[in-house]
Amino acid sequence: MTPLLEVRGLARHYRVRRPGGLWGRTAVLKAVDGVSFAIGRGRTLGLVGESGCGKSTAARLALGLLPATSGDVLFDGQPLSTRQDAAWRASRRKLQLVFQDTLGALDRRLPIGLQIMEPLDIHGIGTRAERLEKTKDLFTAVGLLPHMFDRYPHELSGGQRQRVVLARALVAQPALIACDEPISALDVSIQAQVINLLHDLREQFGVAYLFISHDLRVVRQVSDEVAVMYLGRIVEQGTPDRLFRQPEHPYTRALVSAIPVATPNRARQRIILKGDPPSPVDVPAGCAFHPRCALAGPRCRVETPALRSMPGGHRVACHLAGETAAAA
Amino acid sequence: MVALPDVEPATDRRLVDIRGLTVDFDMGARVSRVLHGIDLSIDKGEVVGLVGESGCGKSVTWLAVLGLLGPRAHVGGIATLGGEPLLGIGDERLSRVRGGRIAMIFQDPTACLNPVKRIGAQVCEALHLHRGIVGERARAEARRLLDRVGIAAAAQRMNEYPHQMSGGMNQRVMIATALAGEPDLLVADEPTTALDATIQAQILDLLREVRRDTGMAMVLISHDLGVVAENCDRVAVMYCGRVVEQAPAERLFEKPSHPYTRGLLAALPDLAGPTRRLESIPGNVPEPWNLPTGCAFAPRCGACRDFCTGTVPPYRAVAAGHLVACARAGFLHHAPSAQSSAVAR
Amino acid sequence: MMRYLAIRGLRAILTIAFVVTFAFFILRLSGDPALLILSPEAPPEAVEAFRKSWGLDRPLWEQYLRYFVAIFEGNLGRSMRDGRPALDLVMDRVPATLMLTLPAFALKLLIGVPAGIFAALRRNSFVDRLVIVCSVAGHSVPSFVLGLVLVLLFAVNLNWLPSGGADNWKHAILPVVTLGTAGAAIIARFTRSAMLEVLGQPYVRAALAKGVPWPSVVWRHALPNAAIPTVTIIGFMVGTLIAGAVVVESVFSWPGVGRMLVVGVANRDLAVVQCVLLLVAMCMVASNFTVDLLYGWIDPRLRAWATGASGH
Repeated sequence: MTPLLEVRGLARHYRVRRPGGLWGRTAVLKAVDGVSFAIGRGRTLGLVGESGCGKSTAARLALGLLPATSGDVLFDGQPLSTRQDAAWRASRRKLQLVFQDTLGALDRRLPIGLQIMEPLDIHGIGTRAERLEKTKDLFTAVGLLPHMFDRYPHELSGGQRQRVVLARALVAQPALIACDEPISALDVSIQAQVINLLHDLREQFGVAYLFISHDLRVVRQVSDEVAVMYLGRIVEQGTPDRLFRQPEHPYTRALVSAIPVATPNRARQRIILKGDPPSPVDVPAGCAFHPRCALAGPRCRVETPALRSMPGGHRVACHLAGETAAAA
Repeated sequence: MVALPDVEPATDRRLVDIRGLTVDFDMGARVSRVLHGIDLSIDKGEVVGLVGESGCGKSVTWLAVLGLLGPRAHVGGIATLGGEPLLGIGDERLSRVRGGRIAMIFQDPTACLNPVKRIGAQVCEALHLHRGIVGERARAEARRLLDRVGIAAAAQRMNEYPHQMSGGMNQRVMIATALAGEPDLLVADEPTTALDATIQAQILDLLREVRRDTGMAMVLISHDLGVVAENCDRVAVMYCGRVVEQAPAERLFEKPSHPYTRGLLAALPDLAGPTRRLESIPGNVPEPWNLPTGCAFAPRCGACRDFCTGTVPPYRAVAAGHLVACARAGFLHHAPSAQSSAVAR
Repeated sequence: MMRYLAIRGLRAILTIAFVVTFAFFILRLSGDPALLILSPEAPPEAVEAFRKSWGLDRPLWEQYLRYFVAIFEGNLGRSMRDGRPALDLVMDRVPATLMLTLPAFALKLLIGVPAGIFAALRRNSFVDRLVIVCSVAGHSVPSFVLGLVLVLLFAVNLNWLPSGGADNWKHAILPVVTLGTAGAAIIARFTRSAMLEVLGQPYVRAALAKGVPWPSVVWRHALPNAAIPTVTIIGFMVGTLIAGAVVVESVFSWPGVGRMLVVGVANRDLAVVQCVLLLVAMCMVASNFTVDLLYGWIDPRLRAWATGASGH
């Protein structure tokens, strides 16, 4: 069975001018550098990594919102058009994007009910009464109260606005919603509400998610599969259970160990990485992670590790994976 | 009327004492009370965590104590530092306390450094203000401090500007500046919220190390229960301008007593074991000018009874050092939160 | 740095060339100087002779090329009125204009900057509202209205000051005040909003938390940052020192460059008008360049020659 969305060797490079220098040499910023993944119908892929690792760019490439420098995107087995033609518009309806800044995503001068209905109006689906009916159904589905229909975005709380944005994405009956840090701006108690809502909507509408977050706890909670990105590449990929229980890549291990846990048990082993992630303009040779890796050997400095399969469908891009698992 | 809790008498271990602290913001059309009588004390060398959701008043508490809220805020109550009053002592005396005896670092380190001044000059300014060192001696000391907080090539970095450094590096600079005054207490207001996970771990590690060396006390303000659990001796949970529960950290995360604390813990996803549906707290945090009568948490509380909406529940001890402002605390069936059973490796 | 200067220089030359070209064609298309200078009833032979002697009988593009080449040779043409070199005529007038614009500029800074800072520091106070009201008024009242009101009040009614002319320093007072008021209002508004924005920045609170006393926070932390937007508007005013007084000079019959421009346009004295415009363009370009350099000096983030253009 073909996956719903498949991306192969996706890359996006930007030409930037280097600071300093007499004549401003240009350099290549590899925001995304050869990313492949697949998402099945009604499944959730979590994409995690630190700021600047390329996870948001990867999502926009996968949705056809940005043209890729190289690589393919297959939607339902068909190449996704990057030209803005009729086929592109049709796929746009099936692939929706939701992001962190809900106030920016909504029109401040329009009542939220009309904003949710707007995609239906644009595509002329059904009669007006039917459209209204459908909108009201969705309104309830995302947990908004009917009397809020005529409210304006600024009159709602952050959590409520995220519900509006989700309802607006769902109205076009998408097959996949990419959620870019959808809950990072929300308070803890509201985050749980939205996470549960995402889960319920998946059950109800069979929608798939590409879920982007820097919060590993949340990603573990919502995902069927997790991919960890570092400097434009996926360094580890697998089921959340396996990935969090037994991370193979030293970077994933550091990330997992860095998650603060609200348990009185303080005996956790914490790996503190040295330094900042390098700039994506100056990606180190060999394994991009080697300057911060405690285990890096001579090979890591020269040869870029490929993402290779381990037993159980787990994939990792580290020369030492398998050898170091025993030591951990 | 807020009943004062039966706290232990102030000892010579006591560093900061806050009693009945209130803050009202003058919004022109209305006056809105954001702190409703905070009681909190910090002992010497102690790390106290302050958790709660945005708008609960956790930052405002310390900005009020240090007189940093600006002219629109009216601060009431008592705050003392080593027995000396802090509120209403005038800007001049207060500015000697700020950065001298109580230093503060903030959420967005890059925005907290002056963009047009060099890093070195900003550290030296604190040295001049609190230790009276200037010139070459100040620069040498600044270099030592920057080195101390783990900034490589400190001598070069002194000549750089904040925008040339990463967020993590700038937070290190902020910490170095805070250390310049050799404070008794460091108030860290969401020090790692704007930083990436691995950088957060670095900064928290640095703070632990610095505290071990200097023995200074610390208040760690955070919305992240995990960060607080791992770094604090004692934790106070705030909701809508009140401290609703405080206890030694281990006790609080093992036996949370306030329904809000329990709700927050249950809302956190686990890191191990099978995934379960999160228990979310229904509803939203009310606006400060729109608080319900009685217990502010009552409308969102599953254990709410009629009397909860009548009066504000008094603050009382359910165990030694464990204070809860809930009328039903102690009568609630104790369900260990899912979090506390999760053991991460 | 070299590259930066080269690009800036090139851009400046292009800007000036554009202004010169624009002025050239607009003026040629707006009427025949021969008829205006000689009077419409002049005999056709005289008109023809005038045209021939000034080269007006050539095709437009040829006139344009000749003019352009002449500029590079430093020859800005002669006045069609009295035949003197246009540049000399204009330069004769520059001191008179500077006598108005320089004191007015000082007045703008001395009133505008402190008023703006003070209003921001005492936000919502009586002083703040007063500054806002004055600055709105000062910059919405056209300068000819303000000039006439001042003349009515101080020259006609009170008879303290002369209403026009340029005999001694007393004649300069009213035009300087007129010019300065509008500028001060603009500077005050800019300074106030710049200062308010800076005072709301996290680093101001952080500086206070570090123990910096309030006056030092204002002086050493807030002001240098607030200077960045304020410098733009001040730089723009430097650019108008030469020709910013067109209206005021006309109202007070002040014999400066501005009045010369007005008269020149009315008479189609092409060389003089073009000379003034060239001078103005050069001043604007120079002041823009100075502002950019000042930016880099004040704000390390904007060291344009150091950072280059980065981005996606």
